[in-house]
Amino acid sequence: MSEWPLLSVVTFVPAFGALIILFMSDSDETSRRNIRNVTLFVTLLNFVLSLGIWWSFDNSVAGFQMVEKVPWIGNFMSYHLGVDGISMLFIILTTFLMPFCILASWDSVQDRVREYMVAFLILETTMIGVFCALDLVMFYIFFEAGLIPMFLIIGVWGGKRRVYASFKFFLYTLLGSVLMLLAMMAMYWHAGTTDIVELLNHSFPASMQTWLWLAFFASFAVKMPMWPVHTWLPDAHVEAPTAGSVVLAAILLKMGGYGFLRFSLPMFPLASADFAPLVFTLSVVAIIYTSLVALAQTDIKKLIAYSSVAHMGFVTMGIFAANVYGIEGAIYQMLSHGLVSGALFLCVGVVYDRMHTREIAAYGGLVNRMPHYAVVFMVFTMANVGLPGTSGFVGEFLTLLGIFQVNTWVALFAATGVVLSAAYALWLYRRVIFGTLDKESLKSILDLNTREKAILYPLVVLVIFFGVYPAPIFDVMSASVDQLINNYQAAIEAGSQTAEAVMEKQG
Amino acid sequence: MEPALEISSILPDLHLIMPEIIMSVGAMLLLMIGAYRGQRAYSLVTGLSIAIIIIAGFWLVRYSGTGSAFDGAFILDPFARFMKILALIGSGVAIVMSVNYVRQERFETFEFPILIVLATTGMMLMISANNLISLYLGLEMQSLSLYVIAAIHRDSVRSTEAGLKYFVLGALSSGMLLYGMTLVYGFTGHVGFEGIANAMAGTGRSVGLVFGLVFILAGLAFKISAVPFHMWTPDVYEGAPTPVTAFFAAAPKIAAMALLVRVVMGAFEPITTDWQQIIVFISIASMALGAFAAIGQKNIKRLMAYSSIGHMGFALVGLAAGTKSGVNGVIVYMLIYMVMTVGTFACILAMRRKGGMVTNINDLAGLGSRNPLMALLLTILMFSLAGIPPLAGFFAKYFVFVAAIEANLFALAVIGVLASVVGAYYYLRIIKIMWFDEPAEDFLPMTGELKVVLGISGVFVAFFYLFAGPVLDATSTAAASFF
Repeated sequence: MSEWPLLSVVTFVPAFGALIILFMSDSDETSRRNIRNVTLFVTLLNFVLSLGIWWSFDNSVAGFQMVEKVPWIGNFMSYHLGVDGISMLFIILTTFLMPFCILASWDSVQDRVREYMVAFLILETTMIGVFCALDLVMFYIFFEAGLIPMFLIIGVWGGKRRVYASFKFFLYTLLGSVLMLLAMMAMYWHAGTTDIVELLNHSFPASMQTWLWLAFFASFAVKMPMWPVHTWLPDAHVEAPTAGSVVLAAILLKMGGYGFLRFSLPMFPLASADFAPLVFTLSVVAIIYTSLVALAQTDIKKLIAYSSVAHMGFVTMGIFAANVYGIEGAIYQMLSHGLVSGALFLCVGVVYDRMHTREIAAYGGLVNRMPHYAVVFMVFTMANVGLPGTSGFVGEFLTLLGIFQVNTWVALFAATGVVLSAAYALWLYRRVIFGTLDKESLKSILDLNTREKAILYPLVVLVIFFGVYPAPIFDVMSASVDQLINNYQAAIEAGSQTAEAVMEKQG
Repeated sequence: MEPALEISSILPDLHLIMPEIIMSVGAMLLLMIGAYRGQRAYSLVTGLSIAIIIIAGFWLVRYSGTGSAFDGAFILDPFARFMKILALIGSGVAIVMSVNYVRQERFETFEFPILIVLATTGMMLMISANNLISLYLGLEMQSLSLYVIAAIHRDSVRSTEAGLKYFVLGALSSGMLLYGMTLVYGFTGHVGFEGIANAMAGTGRSVGLVFGLVFILAGLAFKISAVPFHMWTPDVYEGAPTPVTAFFAAAPKIAAMALLVRVVMGAFEPITTDWQQIIVFISIASMALGAFAAIGQKNIKRLMAYSSIGHMGFALVGLAAGTKSGVNGVIVYMLIYMVMTVGTFACILAMRRKGGMVTNINDLAGLGSRNPLMALLLTILMFSLAGIPPLAGFFAKYFVFVAAIEANLFALAVIGVLASVVGAYYYLRIIKIMWFDEPAEDFLPMTGELKVVLGISGVFVAFFYLFAGPVLDATSTAAASFF
């Protein structure tokens, strides 16, 4: 454990930055530039600080590291932070993507710049908080508090139907979360603590697990989002400003998967095993159905949004396969999807800033005017499809491998999703990039400028790097994932032994 | 017959009710000042009434011990002290917020602050009432003052109508309360809360007693405007002058809720299962009505009326649990509710254009670009009213729902959180109007006292988690009074 409370620093540096920006003026162009610079500096600084977490992280330890614990509100909750191999990389992903979000909003946001940057920085604090909170109530606070800035980001800086989309986003997520809150209260009542580390060692009775699992599922399934509660996502994605879509797709959705890994699987193993077929069914439906829906979209952002739902289907399937391949694949898929979907939304943002439309039909033949853009977009499209050599492949392959060991039929149906994803992604690419450049409005379109290159090229490098050399990621997570699976298996065996004992007594 | 008039024997009693004595003697003195100096005395009387409230509060914190007085009719325990301080703060802030409004609307009647002081005295008696007689005296002292306050703006038809409506329905509820009290007295032979509880513990409950309980709860539900006795609330909130509404929304609710807690936890503690059903029903009905009926409102005062109905429902969730953590939840809820309400009304009072006050929600349009600071604070308050963490409103709901879960009231808890999601919709609507819509005409600049009230309330709500520890220590000491 380091002397510095590094996790607290990383969590609250953005909030502190927001406080500074709140007192800056945004009356003229110079001051707005200052605000942008300060925000970018804060997010970059935070990224560098968060690398300190990775640097001092011990890959061989399965439990929580860099733990900070201070009593807070009586016996109700404590201020408790820590990371393990599952959560640490999500923090890095968050801090890594934030500077890109700020850069992506550099020119496209001109209205109320100060409020926009404040909202983003507060959002960053809540997202990091979610991944390192080790107290139920704290987790919930961060989990829910993120709704406030996101609601405002969609509602104030969004597109035409922003009001509808922001309300739908907020109310949908809130509805799922309040049920989880009740479940958390029930856990507190039963275990007498809100400490996640202690709760991980507490075994809840089987009947209670069912209800708790369902309540948590209500929240995480909406957040993830899983079919059939995914309908808020396309709306929110389409209406949100580019950076909002990036954060939504890359990080907010991952909170659902993280929640499954942190709560559902280890705390309610019996219920997880019971409900796994349900999750598999929903995942497969999501993969096939939303891929087909994506084929029919005429709006680029909506297409990517549906593809996100399909990709999250692989994640849920992998998590509840509950073996090493499945879970490591799911985590990898989430991280990779964070990079790829974020990058795709950034790509859409590039052409949207020029043409102010997201209609696929409005584009075509961009390769003639924008060769750099075409290359970048192609890499991310391939990664989205899961082409070997890109980061998208590793996760999809491992989750399919994991599920194959559990249920071959599910694996079969899920694999068709890979084909479908190739269909919609390549077709999108063909319609936007190739063909003849016959539209008047596109004749003078410019290729990537320096700022856009600076945003997209690093992502290209990372997507390919983690496609061919995923080891650094797996090294971090393997100890924690092994422990998770061992505990899970032990709990299942113990559960079945009790069930047998009961049967024998009755028999 | 005891020589009860011996002065030394009632001195300890007088010591306990010193804050009430300060308030009532002060009110009478102010009345004298007003009577001799006429309407010119308005500013002086207002200032002095705030001073009296501060002195009474200070005395309460500093010098009052705990104990019971007048043969158990009056009780001052940590619970009573905490709730009295809340009521005093609510009343004091209401007077402060009225100062400029009263000038602008030209009804500078010196009776207004005096009536608030008198009503507050009634509230303090309610909070400390430990038998049916003192309960009724305190309640009526408060209610009669409130009826007049609602109609204080004599020249406004709506204010007069609000006062009349409030009076007629209030009298009805007092009648029900009295009828219930006679039944309880008839079936137990006691008026003191301990006596009633002991009588029930000995003989069990009879049907007549349950009738009495129902009538008493109906009367008290009227005072906290819980469904199905809420009908007066929207009309009175909308019709009464806005500072009066701000006053109604905070202090009297606290007193009535404290009274309700004491009645059910003190007098009817042995028949918990009986009143629990009633409270659960009232609570669910209030939460649901508060959530759904507020959706269609266009007037922000009316919306706040439904919002307060809903919030009373949430507070009752804690009471329904009937446990120590439940009572603690109620206290925390009322504290946070009061702060949020006062802050929101500071904003509503600042909705003023050249032509006078405006109360349509749409008048807030684009406040985010017109007055970002006010909009930010009101946004924080709205998210807090909706119960979104990390704001104070979340903690308020958290503690009552924890209590409900602990008491196995799962259905109540689930319905409650679902109602809170529905309720979130209309708070979000206000935020949407402030930030997403095109700006409407500017308001006149906010006056100083409203700025202070709004600022304090906004900061309290936004940073509650930083000082929640000491606050919760205080509330759990207060809640321990019943256990």
